[in-house]
Amino acid sequence: MKQIDLVIIGGGPAGMSAAVAAYESGVRNLLILERDAHLGGILQQCIHNGFGLHRFGEELTGPEYAWRYEKQVRELEIPYKLNTMVLDITPDKVVTATNSEEGIFQIQAKAVILAMGCRERAKGALNIAGTRPAGIYSAGTAQKFVNLKGYMPGKNVVILGSGDIGLIMARRMTLEGAKVHAVCELMPYSGGLARNIEQCLHDFDIPLKLSHTVVGIHGKERLEGVTIAKVDERRRPIPETSEYIACDTLLLSVGLIPENELSKTAKVELDRVTSGAVVDQDRQTAVEGIYACGNVLHVHDLVDYVSEEAEIAGKSAAAYINGESAEGVDVSLKADGKIRYTVPQRITQKKDVTVYFRVADVYRNVTVKVKDGDTVVFSRKKPKVAPGEMESITLKPEMFENAKELSFELEVQ
Amino acid sequence: MYDIAVIGAGVVGGMIARTLSAYDLKICILEKAHDVAMGASRANSAIVHAGFDAKEGSLKALLNVRGSEMMAKVCRELGVKYQNNGSLVIGFNDEDKATVESLYTRGVANGVRNLKVLDSRELHEIEPNVSQNATCALWAPTGAIVCPYELTVAAVGNAMDNGADLKLDFEVTDICDAGDYFEVVSAAETVQAKYVINAAGLHSDAIAKMVGDDSFTVHPRRGEYVLLDKECGGLVKNTIFRTPSKMGKGILVSPTVDGNLLTGPTSVDIEDKTDKSTTPEGLARVIREAGENVDGVMFNKTITSFCGLRAVGSTGDFIINMPRTRFVNVAGIESPGLSSAPAIGEYVVDLLKNAGMTLNKNESFVPTREAMHAFREASIEEKNAIIKKDPAYGRIICRCETVTEGEILRAIRENPKPRDLDGVKRRTRAQMGRCQGGFCSPYIVEMLAKEMGIAYEDVTKFGGGSYVNVGKTKEVK
Repeated sequence: MKQIDLVIIGGGPAGMSAAVAAYESGVRNLLILERDAHLGGILQQCIHNGFGLHRFGEELTGPEYAWRYEKQVRELEIPYKLNTMVLDITPDKVVTATNSEEGIFQIQAKAVILAMGCRERAKGALNIAGTRPAGIYSAGTAQKFVNLKGYMPGKNVVILGSGDIGLIMARRMTLEGAKVHAVCELMPYSGGLARNIEQCLHDFDIPLKLSHTVVGIHGKERLEGVTIAKVDERRRPIPETSEYIACDTLLLSVGLIPENELSKTAKVELDRVTSGAVVDQDRQTAVEGIYACGNVLHVHDLVDYVSEEAEIAGKSAAAYINGESAEGVDVSLKADGKIRYTVPQRITQKKDVTVYFRVADVYRNVTVKVKDGDTVVFSRKKPKVAPGEMESITLKPEMFENAKELSFELEVQ
Repeated sequence: MYDIAVIGAGVVGGMIARTLSAYDLKICILEKAHDVAMGASRANSAIVHAGFDAKEGSLKALLNVRGSEMMAKVCRELGVKYQNNGSLVIGFNDEDKATVESLYTRGVANGVRNLKVLDSRELHEIEPNVSQNATCALWAPTGAIVCPYELTVAAVGNAMDNGADLKLDFEVTDICDAGDYFEVVSAAETVQAKYVINAAGLHSDAIAKMVGDDSFTVHPRRGEYVLLDKECGGLVKNTIFRTPSKMGKGILVSPTVDGNLLTGPTSVDIEDKTDKSTTPEGLARVIREAGENVDGVMFNKTITSFCGLRAVGSTGDFIINMPRTRFVNVAGIESPGLSSAPAIGEYVVDLLKNAGMTLNKNESFVPTREAMHAFREASIEEKNAIIKKDPAYGRIICRCETVTEGEILRAIRENPKPRDLDGVKRRTRAQMGRCQGGFCSPYIVEMLAKEMGIAYEDVTKFGGGSYVNVGKTKEVK
């Protein structure tokens, strides 16, 4: 069996950043396995701009952002295999993959970085009553049809869910000549970035209907219309508010799910809230030598943060391969519910640790508190937090070196 | 001139055509839809019933028990997945207990083997996840599961491989008796056949009327289902039924041959034979009652929900007869129609023999067909040998169900050829997983367009006006 120090599963933004970081930390025997025909992952279909503001201080399109990393991968001559799908990863890091040239092959890796990204929640999961006509797509599928294939999935559009891809597609479909009648959002707030609401909906007079959902699908062959309704505070549709909208297309942007099927084969412990792996500050999972980063770990709103996280994973995997170790602690991080989750969920080394977290609802005038028992070790005020925007704080070793558990709490005034 | 025209390419029409293709006959299968298995065969409970439900002495009882006995062999020949998982009818009170016992008695009378009445302890030993409130059950170890559209595709495909023709988009509008043959008319074409078999499912009453037989009617009975992720498939081993009522067998919870968990169906009589919509009440009922019968059904792992229409005949039994010479009705084939289908094929052949039709053996008849799942189930060494010959088998198109380009191309080129996205889905499982085609459908559209020699934007989801795309960007008006 072929021996490779570091195998990276996925050649999207996470996989490429991780590979570059690992290379720069001295790993030379590494390999990226990518299931698509190109590196860059889903960025290749994100032809809008807005990528790279944090990372490069400029606004790039998705393919441009991807190219910044692909260029490095090529210049460093980091090997990668395209059109190659990983079928299985064992806990002792045997990776089984398939492609047309080599057939099914196996690699014994010293370390593995999981960077498979996420998928969109599909219509079936919503159990919307009605018929099953053509014309219902996840927003990302529509994006692929329009941006990569050059075909229009429809002309009269309703979008369910105000996730970022839904908002981006509202603008995209409008620019391509379609009429977007409404974006319905089940929650009383949008799950997308504020700037996308502004630039993709308001600038084009597309109504955002908060606390609304699709309750009926009509049309036998192609979609002919949808029934939408307002929902009450328990998210149940209010029948009297039903409204019919004629349309030939329904796009869904109702959530992203980290694609952890392979993590399960490797017996990686998953977090019920993030649907991604439980990791430490190095992005190492509970299985030694297996790391995770990017949207397979938790769904990010900006690719810039994906790159940042992947670099941590890449560097750490390199340190693991090189047999470096640091002074250890064992602290678990707990979220109080208003804070839905933290990444990492564990700290095992005495060093500065940036903790990312997401909140459960829109809150104003809050204080983020980190507690070791009753002792507040960290506190910061924020005017507003929202589920659509990831937050982060940096902890110093002295804040946790004697702790067993740190509790992340949100105080709302 | 055909010897026989079979109207309807559902599981019944398909099994009849396949059985007849073992004889030296020119056969034509006529189907109004864009693909085979588009009626009740597309959406049902996928169960091979043991045969204890139907009334003693009925045609349903006879053909169910016989069909159930034949099914394993038929599936083996046709390369169709079949799993003898057993079924349980669970009861919660004394009244249910009486029903369980009467089903036992009926099953024994129908000739069902190995039936057993279980108490609560025995039941939960077999199925620990069945509701703790269940107090008794009828266990039928001969119960099984099969994929109904896979069986239909394979039966029609096998009939075609043995010489039968299939005409899709052929909606029969009239049947004229020309003396010693029939003219079967559609908008585009007329087919001449000496014998006609009416296996038109929900529309078999309309077809019968075309030859002057109005002795029965068929009406649609809606059944709604919720299908869960493969993660949930192991929750129960047996198919779990509730004790039946007048409207059917209640909400079942069953593994599928592909490893998913299926729950449903509701049972509501409706008027419109084309209304396959699900309803909020129906889906809510499936979720509620499945949860009452089995603990731990995770509806947050739902992959899809759908609705099937049963073809319920007005006589209460299967209607298989010859209302006039050379014309056979095979109508009202509601549950246990799938289970009975192989036996119906055999029964119809006997009917034709007795009516004086000459049936000579088709010497070149091949009863077998390579399984669509052959590649999936091969060893790594076998797979690599295949990939070496055809590299398309090394490339995964559907990541959720791990379906290769080679398997999809094979399905697109094999009888009966799929011509739309759903057709590829039913044959290969590509688009049937967690992401429901989100990632792979744009590629499959491309493959279909190329193989069929049509434009990308002309590819449909299931024929007719079900276009996937409305045109090229920049050109859409």
